[in-house]
Amino acid sequence: MNFEEHAAKPLLAKCGIKVPESKLAHDPAEAGRAAEMIGPCVVKAQVPTGKRGKAGGIKLAASADDASSHAEKIIGMEIGGWPVEKVLIEAQTKIDRELYAAIVNDSATKGPMLLFSQMGGMDVEEAAEKDPNAMRRVPFSIIDGLTEKSAREAVAGLGLDAIEDQLVSTLVNLYKAYRALDAELLEINPLVITADNQVVALDCKLTVDDGAAPRQEAIVPLAAPEKRTELEAKAASEGLKYIELGGSVGVIANGAGLTMTTMDVIAHYGGQPANFLEVGGEAYTKAKTALSILLENPNIKSLLVNFCGAFARTDVMAEGVVSAWQELNPDIPIFFTIHGTGEDEAIALVKERLGIEPFDLMDDAVKAAVNAANERVSA
Amino acid sequence: MIPRKHHKILVQGITGKQGTFWTNAMQDYGTRIVGGVNPKRAGTEHLGVPVFASACEAAKSVPFDISIMFIPPMMAKSAAIDACEAGAKMVVCLTEHIPAHDVMEMHVAAAANGTQIVGPNTAGLVTPGECFVGIMPGFNHRVFQPGRVGVVSRSGSLGTLVCLNLTQQGLGQSAFYGVGGDPMIGTTSADAVRILDADAGTDAIVLCGEIGGSAEEDAAAYAKTMKKPVVAFIAGRQSPPGKKMGHAGAIVAGGKGDYPTKRAALERAGVAVADTPSGIPGLLKERLASSAA
Repeated sequence: MNFEEHAAKPLLAKCGIKVPESKLAHDPAEAGRAAEMIGPCVVKAQVPTGKRGKAGGIKLAASADDASSHAEKIIGMEIGGWPVEKVLIEAQTKIDRELYAAIVNDSATKGPMLLFSQMGGMDVEEAAEKDPNAMRRVPFSIIDGLTEKSAREAVAGLGLDAIEDQLVSTLVNLYKAYRALDAELLEINPLVITADNQVVALDCKLTVDDGAAPRQEAIVPLAAPEKRTELEAKAASEGLKYIELGGSVGVIANGAGLTMTTMDVIAHYGGQPANFLEVGGEAYTKAKTALSILLENPNIKSLLVNFCGAFARTDVMAEGVVSAWQELNPDIPIFFTIHGTGEDEAIALVKERLGIEPFDLMDDAVKAAVNAANERVSA
Repeated sequence: MIPRKHHKILVQGITGKQGTFWTNAMQDYGTRIVGGVNPKRAGTEHLGVPVFASACEAAKSVPFDISIMFIPPMMAKSAAIDACEAGAKMVVCLTEHIPAHDVMEMHVAAAANGTQIVGPNTAGLVTPGECFVGIMPGFNHRVFQPGRVGVVSRSGSLGTLVCLNLTQQGLGQSAFYGVGGDPMIGTTSADAVRILDADAGTDAIVLCGEIGGSAEEDAAAYAKTMKKPVVAFIAGRQSPPGKKMGHAGAIVAGGKGDYPTKRAALERAGVAVADTPSGIPGLLKERLASSAA
């Protein structure tokens, strides 16, 4: 789950991190009214992606009129593939220095890691790539949390002594927010020192662990919508992971690894997969729902069913697909290859009810599905 | 460690539907199940073994080597920590969607107690002809046959397909090591390759990787030091970047963890990379023939 700036900043503020006064606006008039209350402000496009400034989505406004005319231009822009539907009207801040701070899940140490740089701003990633010393990386224990001592070490020796105490407490609060929100990534860029020596978060990027959603009920509704097609959204509401890929060979397989592999083998034999759709894990009883969603894609010219059952029982999955196939009676050819848990029952079921012989070798099933799709595309 | 038939296994969540189904399948295959855990059913028997309130309680009456967890995501952390504190040498954590902060706490407990965690989000381990600990079709003789090829896989379903391909070509397996599809797993692909490299019953290793993360690059760095031949397949060549492909760990983000980078790292380390799973047995036979020569 990703959170846009306007949703993430109040969560930071709740943990004691200073953020500028702001108001969300959905149209130029609302932006103007907000600017009247706030004064000289920044108009900021709200989209769950970076590089907003470079795309022209962030503008300074001296007056309410300025703010509403910027809002007029920004709302309706597209940034990183996202349409801008709202802007944040935020009080201007007098910046002395721009820093960078983040806490992330680090898979190498299997724990949290603090990232800190004195080179905050738009190009921090590039700066860190050119000069690894530009970014300090401090892994720490999830049990002890980010201690004041570690935070102090992370900011030491960078000429920040005058502001050190405030900076340290900001970092400790950043960790509190990371922990309380089950964040995968909580990033402040820039974290600024103002002309009057305050440490303020000017932006915030927050990604919350999807696995923690059941215990983060309060913030789940604040998350940015995911970029999904209509069918992808429908599948998600049924608890299925479905991604449209634009090709002509439909894929139903169990397990993420096997599904990705099936897509790869389709391409290897000259076809293009139409989708990623896995019915493994806990979703293995949903083959019927999966099939009906998949068949709504008009680009599908053939369907490949590849089951290699471990946890997922192939007989249960085959029963779902066969029932749905008989019910929907689609006008495309279907090809099966089935192995693993429950394979004898599954193969017998496909033969008996559809009169189709599953392929023993996956490669043969893939070739047949690719040929059928290619013939129908060129026909 | 590699699970053997003499290892004693505890099943956390033994009385549930999946716990019951798979415990039965494991017992039938010869896995030595010594007890189970369900706090609500402590003191009873299930599938012929005693049920305890916790792994720590179980350890007092039935010492065990490995614990396997059939536990829902929100309860997985405390179950895993319980197993570590009970002295398990290995915890096989099948659960998917455990909150990442909980997984971090599990790894701290594992390190403190000297426990090897396999997973989370693994399909488990199979030692053909001896035992299996997981939700793999270990009992399916068309998929698994005893032999001398070690198989490491992030994915259970892809691992099943690869073992099937090996068995069809007459190559049995010394061990199947499912490491799991999560981003923060206890036993990494490189760790599993190292374990199989040290195993006297293993002549060659197949690594089934995926896009996302740096597990294959890390395994490649180790493979460079090995004498045993390694053949790899990496799933996800056709997967679009920026999308989570089912597994939380299988995502190409910020240009990192993509297919060409992984393939190049493995090939630089002398690992043969197959284009499709059916290409693995042929490459393996070539490598085995030239290493024997």
